[in-house]
Amino acid sequence: MAFVLLRAAVVPKSFGEYGHYRGDAIAEIASRPVAHAGHEVCEACHTDVVEQKKLGKHVVVPCEACHGAQAKHADDPGTIKPPKIDTALVCARCHEANSAKPKGFPQVASAEHSGGLACDTCHQPHKPKIETEVKVATGGKK
Amino acid sequence: MDITRRRLLLLLPSAAVAWKFVQAGTPEAAPNYKTSEHWWGMLIDIPKCIGCGSCVRACAAENDVPDGYYRTWIERYRVTDYAIERPQVESPDGGKQGFPLNQDASGKNFFVPKLCNHCADSPCTQVCPVGATFVSPDGVVLVDKSYCLGCRYCVQACPYGCRFINPKTNTAEKCTLCYHRITKGLTTACAEVCPTGARQLADLKNPKDPIHEFLRTHSVQVLKPHMATGAKVFYNGMDGSVR
Repeated sequence: MAFVLLRAAVVPKSFGEYGHYRGDAIAEIASRPVAHAGHEVCEACHTDVVEQKKLGKHVVVPCEACHGAQAKHADDPGTIKPPKIDTALVCARCHEANSAKPKGFPQVASAEHSGGLACDTCHQPHKPKIETEVKVATGGKK
Repeated sequence: MDITRRRLLLLLPSAAVAWKFVQAGTPEAAPNYKTSEHWWGMLIDIPKCIGCGSCVRACAAENDVPDGYYRTWIERYRVTDYAIERPQVESPDGGKQGFPLNQDASGKNFFVPKLCNHCADSPCTQVCPVGATFVSPDGVVLVDKSYCLGCRYCVQACPYGCRFINPKTNTAEKCTLCYHRITKGLTTACAEVCPTGARQLADLKNPKDPIHEFLRTHSVQVLKPHMATGAKVFYNGMDGSVR
């Protein structure tokens, strides 16, 4: 009898609700706030960037892949601003040449390609292909 | 608004259902998500992975993963013709900052993202002495932090090395498949930020999920199938040397 009473007192009420664990744990884990807003949320406001991305290959790249987790910015866009991106670092994470990357994926050896210059000196990150007039100025080289 | 007796009687049952979640401090858990309607897994398309580390960084930011520990990570494999059975595998800082150029790039080189396989018959949940880790009704292996003793049995039991002890809480920790996101209709943080679509969340109970067509039309494997863990992370284009 004492055991039954003690057990009833110490075992959480939701233990065994779904299985041999505390059922309330599921709702507790699900209640964590999100850190990444998701690209649909970004696109609802930044429509100009959406239009720009549609013109280039980065249309498939989700916003937070480069800009980082932005749920706080989405909650309070007036106060919390995303930090400025260092393109020399962020672009290289994907585009630095590496033999393990898929062969068709565009890769450069950045030291030779740009000599350490920030990528957005020449490329517009949302529409990375360089326009014709820039090519003419550089003698047609990429 | 006039509250008639008829209206009040109609409102009472739904209010009673919602109140349970309000009391638990989780009102957002009340509406529309039914665990019995989902069976979560993930698809990883190895030929698409560029090893950029976005998934590792996103996972750390989304879930407050301590530095030096990883709920997901990327491995770079190098398989040479003369040592197919012994591939060289490296994962500097879990691939969080991408990978340096490999000095010796001979042989076959590729990236393999790893995470908890959310096994249907998971060895880690079977060894827990207190019921702190479990497979949820929608197929996600979770840890109840407030119940975990930190005994490390599950860390040893996982054949994929997907668990660790959080140095701050001293409890077991692992990928939750971003349970707090998928129950709100979002995808996981790693799949959200993947620039090439190499990771895709899959709901195996949803007949409209593209995973079914993909599994039919591609040669897809799971890690360590001989262990019969019922792993639900499916790898496309996986080399036989991957363990």
